[in-house]
Amino acid sequence: MALLNIDGLSKEFDGLRALDQVSFTAEKGEILGIIGPNGAGKTTLFNIISGIYPASDGEVAFQGKSILRMKPHQVSRLGIGRTFQIVRPFPNLNVETNILVAYGHRFYPDLWNSTGPFRRADTLKEVQILLEKTGLQPYQKQLAKNLPLGIKKRVEIARALALEPRLLLLDEPSGGLRFEESARLMGLIRTVRDQGISVLLIEHNMQVVMDLCNRIVVLDHGSKIAEGSPETIRSNPQVIEAYLGKSVRLEDEED
Amino acid sequence: MISGYLITILITIIVYAILAHSLNVITGHAGQISLGHAAFFGIGAYTSALLYTGGGFPFWASVPLAAVVAGVVGAVLGIPCLRVRDDFLAITTMGIGFVVEAVFLYLPFFGGAMGIGGINLPKWFGREMSKPEYFLLILIVFVLLILFDRRLGRSWIGLAWSSIREDEQAAEAMGVDVVRFKVMAFVLGSTIAGLAGGFYAHFLTFIMPQNFGFGQSILILCMVVFGGIGTRWGPILGAVILGILPEISRPIMEYRTFVYGLLLLAMMRFQPGGLLGEESTLPRMLRRIQFRPSENR
Ligand SMILES: Nc1ncnc2c1ncn2[C@@H]1O[C@H](COP(=O)(O)OP(=O)(O)OP(=O)(O)O)[C@@H](O)[C@H]1O
Ligand SMILES: [Mg+2]
Repeated sequence: MALLNIDGLSKEFDGLRALDQVSFTAEKGEILGIIGPNGAGKTTLFNIISGIYPASDGEVAFQGKSILRMKPHQVSRLGIGRTFQIVRPFPNLNVETNILVAYGHRFYPDLWNSTGPFRRADTLKEVQILLEKTGLQPYQKQLAKNLPLGIKKRVEIARALALEPRLLLLDEPSGGLRFEESARLMGLIRTVRDQGISVLLIEHNMQVVMDLCNRIVVLDHGSKIAEGSPETIRSNPQVIEAYLGKSVRLEDEED
Repeated sequence: MISGYLITILITIIVYAILAHSLNVITGHAGQISLGHAAFFGIGAYTSALLYTGGGFPFWASVPLAAVVAGVVGAVLGIPCLRVRDDFLAITTMGIGFVVEAVFLYLPFFGGAMGIGGINLPKWFGREMSKPEYFLLILIVFVLLILFDRRLGRSWIGLAWSSIREDEQAAEAMGVDVVRFKVMAFVLGSTIAGLAGGFYAHFLTFIMPQNFGFGQSILILCMVVFGGIGTRWGPILGAVILGILPEISRPIMEYRTFVYGLLLLAMMRFQPGGLLGEESTLPRMLRRIQFRPSENR
């Protein structure tokens, strides 16, 4: 059974078909690239999986169970973490506290547990490990709003990892980053995958996508136009057409 | 002996301090605006008054019940409001305020425009409490509330509220049940406002609908914003200052709303975080004097 199963998923925004009968699966421990020109429906796909929007039609199943009618907090507690295309860490909380918010998924459901102090030795130890792993230790006590973009993006990933997810949805993690920063982030994503966490990766930087993903799904105008290994995608005429039609070259890509 | 006049001011101020604190739970901690908070203050006052004068309940039962009733009404009204998008919350809570005031005013059961009288100070040891004793009683309750607030601020509930205040969509993506925690804040804030209402009624001895109208809601909000929204002591300082001002000066009493309006405008211009806001002048000066390692927030 696939970890994530998307079947005939459609989404309409007042007449605009942002997603049209999209189907694919994601397996355990893989990095699945989601690519496509601007406005293809990639972020919309994430928003539906994570419960922010209801779907117009179709089905999304996680570990064999439908999650379509779940609210975002339920989806995240089930083990789907996400980041946002436009970063949104909690600006006036420090990095450590940003991460603690997500560890709260263990305590929030029970009223009695949620009255306990959120600074507990055991959780703080886990935060330390996570900070180390994501290279955020030097920023531990800094307010998120004062951090540079690259660090903010890492805070978002660390926060999502604190949910102890089985699936991570990353929306353009390298967007707006310089090469070295982006390379470090990709290293982090690999480590995450090696721990058995599956990743759906929306990415405009083709280099990154081809390097990192074992499979790629291509969306264009809401429809899936191709799916396969990086090699087959690279040479797929329909994909090239979709990109060239938008006068964007496959090699360099910036928003 | 403390003069009767001074003790009257002190009691008024401490009631306002509790009230400002109660709104701070909703607006400061959880980030949810309320323009109708006086309604819950009024529900507490009327519940306590009716139970005491009509139901024969003693003060010691009527005031806690007032808090409970205000909390329950807060839950009933809050749940549908907090499900809708933020943008409507200001309007909806304002609506709640108007409706509740109208109910007090137009339903004969609540005494109409004349209100309810004959609500007395509590009895203990076989006699009526003196005003200084009553002040001490409210002060103790206030201290307990602040201690409770401190504990909550350090709890997962407090953390969930911070995350909602910071970014609702990110919070729910991190497993925070946003609606549930918002309702929790709303119910707790309403309960405490109801408690303040109970204390207020037994001190004034008679209550009228005007005590709990839109103007009162805005006054409470002013106190919270003026002192420093979301900080523990800011709203209390706001209640003390804005509570004392009209008492020490006749002109300020007469042009109360005007003076408060000016103060608020000046505040927004020069100290948008309020007197005790994290980045305001006063806390900075205090931090310079006595360095404390900063915990989160
Ligand atoms: N909340 C919304 N309401 C209305 N239309 C929307 C909404 N969200 C997205 N859309 C529309 O749906 C289409 C797909 O948008 P989406 O953000 O999913 O694209 P994307 O593939 O993520 O693009 P980009 O690469 O620019 O991030 C766009 O035409 C967009 O304008
Ligand atoms: Mg997008």
